Amino acid sequence: MSEPILQLRGVNKSFGAVQVLHDVDFTVRAGEVTALVGDNGAGKSTLVKCVAGIHPTDSGEVIFDGAPVSVTAPADAAKLGIEVVYQDLALADNLDIVQNMFLGRERGKPWLLDEADMEQAARDTLASLSVRTVTSVRMPVAALSGGQRQTVAIAKAVLWDSKVVLLDEPTAALGVAQTRQVLDLVRRLAEQGLGVVLISHNMADVFEVSDRIACLYLGRMVAQVPTKDVTHGQVVELITAGRSGDLGLQRPEAVTV
Amino acid sequence: MSAPEKPDLEKKSAAQRAAPAASRAADFGIDTTARTTGQAVAAYLRGLRTGELGALPALLGLLALLILFSTLDSTGTFPSLLNIANLLQQGAGRTIIAMGLVFVLLTGEIDLAAGTASGLAAAVMALHLVSGGNLLGGMGTTVFVLFLLVIVLAIVLALLLRIWAGAALSALALGLMVIGFPPNPWLQMLLAVCVGVVIGCITGFLVAKVGMPSFVVTLALFISWQGIILALIGDGGTLGLRDPVLNAVANGNLSTLGSWVLFVVAAGGYAAVLLNRQVSRRRLGLVAQPTGLVLIKVGAVVVLGAVATFLLTLDRSPGDLPITGVPFVVPIVLTLLVAGTFVLDRTRFGRHVYAVGGNREAARRAGIDVVRIRASVFVIASVFAAIGAIVYSSKVGSVSPGAGGGNTLLFAVGAAVIGGTSLFGGRGRISNAVIGGAVLATVENGLGLLRQPAAVVFVVTGLVLLLAASVDVLSRRRSAVAGR
Repeated sequence: MSEPILQLRGVNKSFGAVQVLHDVDFTVRAGEVTALVGDNGAGKSTLVKCVAGIHPTDSGEVIFDGAPVSVTAPADAAKLGIEVVYQDLALADNLDIVQNMFLGRERGKPWLLDEADMEQAARDTLASLSVRTVTSVRMPVAALSGGQRQTVAIAKAVLWDSKVVLLDEPTAALGVAQTRQVLDLVRRLAEQGLGVVLISHNMADVFEVSDRIACLYLGRMVAQVPTKDVTHGQVVELITAGRSGDLGLQRPEAVTV
Repeated sequence: MSAPEKPDLEKKSAAQRAAPAASRAADFGIDTTARTTGQAVAAYLRGLRTGELGALPALLGLLALLILFSTLDSTGTFPSLLNIANLLQQGAGRTIIAMGLVFVLLTGEIDLAAGTASGLAAAVMALHLVSGGNLLGGMGTTVFVLFLLVIVLAIVLALLLRIWAGAALSALALGLMVIGFPPNPWLQMLLAVCVGVVIGCITGFLVAKVGMPSFVVTLALFISWQGIILALIGDGGTLGLRDPVLNAVANGNLSTLGSWVLFVVAAGGYAAVLLNRQVSRRRLGLVAQPTGLVLIKVGAVVVLGAVATFLLTLDRSPGDLPITGVPFVVPIVLTLLVAGTFVLDRTRFGRHVYAVGGNREAARRAGIDVVRIRASVFVIASVFAAIGAIVYSSKVGSVSPGAGGGNTLLFAVGAAVIGGTSLFGGRGRISNAVIGGAVLATVENGLGLLRQPAAVVFVVTGLVLLLAASVDVLSRRRSAVAGR
């Protein structure tokens, strides 16, 4: 077991009167895939956005690599090496793969970008991830398939010497073969020593690639356990009822949003 | 995506044979860096079929119009050198406004006020000239003080937006107004450009920071600027531009030597940039155009440029006084074209403009200051509008209360759209505006020479625009179908 690279302690987040996250503790370890599961509205995406600095947290601690940090803007997270691949793919359709991968962090002078350097780095990154499905790194993203887009989005996250990559339902909109590609890619990220967080509704995916499962129930972290210690049914119970045997909340029925 | 994949596999083997440089990326799946000319042409044709039309329809349209008017005009006036030079001068002002609008359109916004903003810049310039450098006297104390307050407001807004250049140029406008300067055409043109910056800062702040829809903001400003122009010039008045320099901007020509120097600099620069890029990309094993295609492009530009320069250095005067040389508007438009294209293609700012237009949320998540980008494009559009105003006022020789009103703006938007800039944002180039501007200028000029009434000219121009907009929508639909 490796040291935690990212830890959240007692994180709370409300949108107006609705409290979406209640005292959430969450740990991500380097070299492991941590699956983050939960029903719709459990707060998975909100948790990711808090880590990414898109939503500031109301209270709680974020500890990165052993030191407390404050993440209040996307730039803070990027500086730490936390990258997020969003469900709605944050790629600009009209730009090509290289331009998308370096968006916001272009290399070269502001008044003369170094296209050659960026193109080579993009190609090397794709090659290191054994991506073999893209015909040219100068293709506009609009011309890519869903799986290819997801691949580009993930490669974009890896490009930055990132330490933690959070993937928000990367396979939700994909077919069987494309899901396969993306799951392989997720596994490879962990093998390269990154801390990977995978949000997914698909139990088969979760059990296939994850080392650890963290389950949110109505904004509360009910369990964070090694994948090999739980069964499919237990995880489903945790997701839907917040409790499964000794795992989870002791009185889930008392919990309110 | 399934259809193009098979040819791609074939392309790989061909590319490996053609370019050993591609081997360094051999482990990167079926990535291709170099293609033969035939493959590039095939890929281009496939792009056309899937809706990547770019400027092609407009270029074909321009060619068709030139042939059409040349055959229809039995007097032979249309294809005459005098008329072609005149056509360039007539269309230049509006084309420059359209070039600025491309920046705004790229972010998916619209600037309806660019026309009257240009008129306002021209009015301030002309008023300075007519009042002999005494703007305070020309405007009257109340208007002058209000104008200064607007400039101060623009400086504050630019600082809030962190557009430092906008703040600096607005401050320069304030300085020029307060300190005053004797009538000098160069300083007057600078003042007009600075007034453009002031206007752009206000528009940009309202759209990007306050968050109002650009359509409403610029519609309101369109009307307001018209009022201010009226206040400056007075009902029914006109301000004549009796100054040799201001008059020469749109009516003057380069000397024969100057024309050839322009050709050497422009065509030579184009060739140097393209060939240099080609060589270095090939050497580094990056994605590159086939060399044959690049050579054809360079050759075509050099030959066409040489022919055009030669023709324009011939005497085209119908009278005794000879008129020779390339009109000044050509280097003006070329300079703006090169500068604008460089900014959009090669700088971080330009990349971010495209990103904001393509997917604003993605741009925000990538850490781009979306507010600043969205505001900046309005400043750029207003600056281009002011430059365009200098050119069209120079052509007309005066500034009237209607300057920049009426159809000016809609023609400019039309020029950008006809050239292939998308109204939905994210797609378009500065050169689109130049091609579109040439189409509209040709329609107007040609129909005029065929002695068609204004009614016909308007209807035809409208139809051309409609056609261009429908091409845009249809090509988007094609690429949406072919994309996934």
